[in-house]
Amino acid sequence: MSVKSTRPRSSVSGQSPQSDPPPQAREGNRNSSDLAARRSSAARRRRLNIYALRVAFAVLWIGSWELTTSLNWVDPFFFGHPSGIVVRLWTWITDGTALGPLWLQVAVTMQETVLGFLVGSVLGAAFGILLGRVALLAEILSPFIKGANSIPRVVLGGLFAIMFGLGLSGKVATATVLVFFVVFFNAFQGVREVDRNLIANARILGADNRRMTAEIIIPSSLSWILASLHISFGLAIVGAVVGELFGATAGVGQLIYNAQHTFDINGVFAGMLLLAVMALVAEGILTAIENRLIKWRPRQLSGEIPI
Amino acid sequence: MAGAAIELRNVTKRFATPKGGIFTALRDLTMEVAPGEFCAVVGPTGCGKSTTLALISGLEPPSVGEVRVEGRAVRGIPDGIGYVFQTDAVFPWKTVLENVAAGPRYHGTPGREARDRAREWITRVGLAGFEDRYPHQLSGGMRKRVGLAQSLITGPKILLMDEPFSALDVQTRTLMEDELLALWASTSASVVFVTHDLEEAIALADRVFVLTAGPGTVKGNYAVDLPRPRKVAEIRFQPRFTEIYEAIWSQLRDEVLVSYERQKHAAAV
Repeated sequence: MSVKSTRPRSSVSGQSPQSDPPPQAREGNRNSSDLAARRSSAARRRRLNIYALRVAFAVLWIGSWELTTSLNWVDPFFFGHPSGIVVRLWTWITDGTALGPLWLQVAVTMQETVLGFLVGSVLGAAFGILLGRVALLAEILSPFIKGANSIPRVVLGGLFAIMFGLGLSGKVATATVLVFFVVFFNAFQGVREVDRNLIANARILGADNRRMTAEIIIPSSLSWILASLHISFGLAIVGAVVGELFGATAGVGQLIYNAQHTFDINGVFAGMLLLAVMALVAEGILTAIENRLIKWRPRQLSGEIPI
Repeated sequence: MAGAAIELRNVTKRFATPKGGIFTALRDLTMEVAPGEFCAVVGPTGCGKSTTLALISGLEPPSVGEVRVEGRAVRGIPDGIGYVFQTDAVFPWKTVLENVAAGPRYHGTPGREARDRAREWITRVGLAGFEDRYPHQLSGGMRKRVGLAQSLITGPKILLMDEPFSALDVQTRTLMEDELLALWASTSASVVFVTHDLEEAIALADRVFVLTAGPGTVKGNYAVDLPRPRKVAEIRFQPRFTEIYEAIWSQLRDEVLVSYERQKHAAAV
């Protein structure tokens, strides 16, 4: 797997040349509150429709899965049962898993993921900014970084299992390596994309190198770095789970590994479901942090479809 | 003249192009700006007007020749330079207050004092009440005011302006030109104002330099002897304004035509 940088959701300095007047200036006429109310109720109706259709889609999808497997049109040995998955999850919650209580497995995987994510993104951002700032260093290291990036990093899980044993550090190392490159390339690109005018302006205003990095380069590349964090949390989970598959005593990955080896297909699906929930929760937290960190950025267009 | 605020002596500036060629932006350009003088530089598209400013500001070194500011050869960015950019160069992640306070802070003024001075300047450019807004919440004209305050707060002796108002609509532009003249009158700064608009150049400046089509060199310079204080919207109707305009335009027109023919040719190739 090779990683390229991910574009941030909106460019740093790409404001519209003539932005809208402040809201109070725009809504000047008598009917405006009326119009606004009508528009917001239309928006609410649309939102409700979307939710209803989402539920319908889920019912259709899971319902057809349940139906076709229980009628044996599709072999439940390979595809499991939605109801079986729920039952498996329930017994895990109430009776615990073969590896111990379920919360412990989730906590172990979460710990590996979060540690790997933090270490990887801090290192990635730091090195990305450093190499973006020091052109000579970037030129010297470029072939080595490209080489390292071209290694399918998942195989490193095996290496780390030997180096670090069955404990926490091997999984954290795998997750770190996966996260590092994504954040690194984005931070590097972000630094190089900083508007030349802003740099010239800061120089004229008398910014020294330290101020330039702290006040111009980092804020400007922050939207690039934050965009990469969304992807990298998912990769951190991949790293942790892959690490567990190479050998572990606990964790959701190990749970899936066990279920696979006892041909417990519902157990595999239940583990996957757990991982998906973890990823979604983390995504929500990251988005909230992002919105706080770059409140200077224009709001996204309201017509945007969140995916 | 010994006491010139800005001197460019036989300056040539070449750039390496991405394809490995060499592009000459300015060739053997010589110009002088007296202390406190408001100069405009006009010329056809791509004649190196902006490059002139980059040389004076020390952002770019000349390939040949010498640039002196206040009698000293330019190495790096000289003290007392203000630069208003063509596109928005205010920092989008800083509020209006932080943007304006940036210059003094970078020069070591303590935070509180820098903010107090910034508030003063924000009021002077007519943005009082907008201190906590971010640039994307302002109109184009308001962002230009932030840029002006950001440059002027450092008390520059040399103010460089690169088509600062070209992105504004006509009414806002006239307003901003008047305000620039009023702000400039309260300082003793020498100004180099780059524009492609001859009317704007004459309305604002004491002296207009005409550059040739690229590589640019000075084709001529014209004193503008219109009285001050001026009202930009009204000064255009004075007969003397028309005379000066005609004199300069007769020189500028040929260069514009040359540049236009070249563009057509380049587009056809």
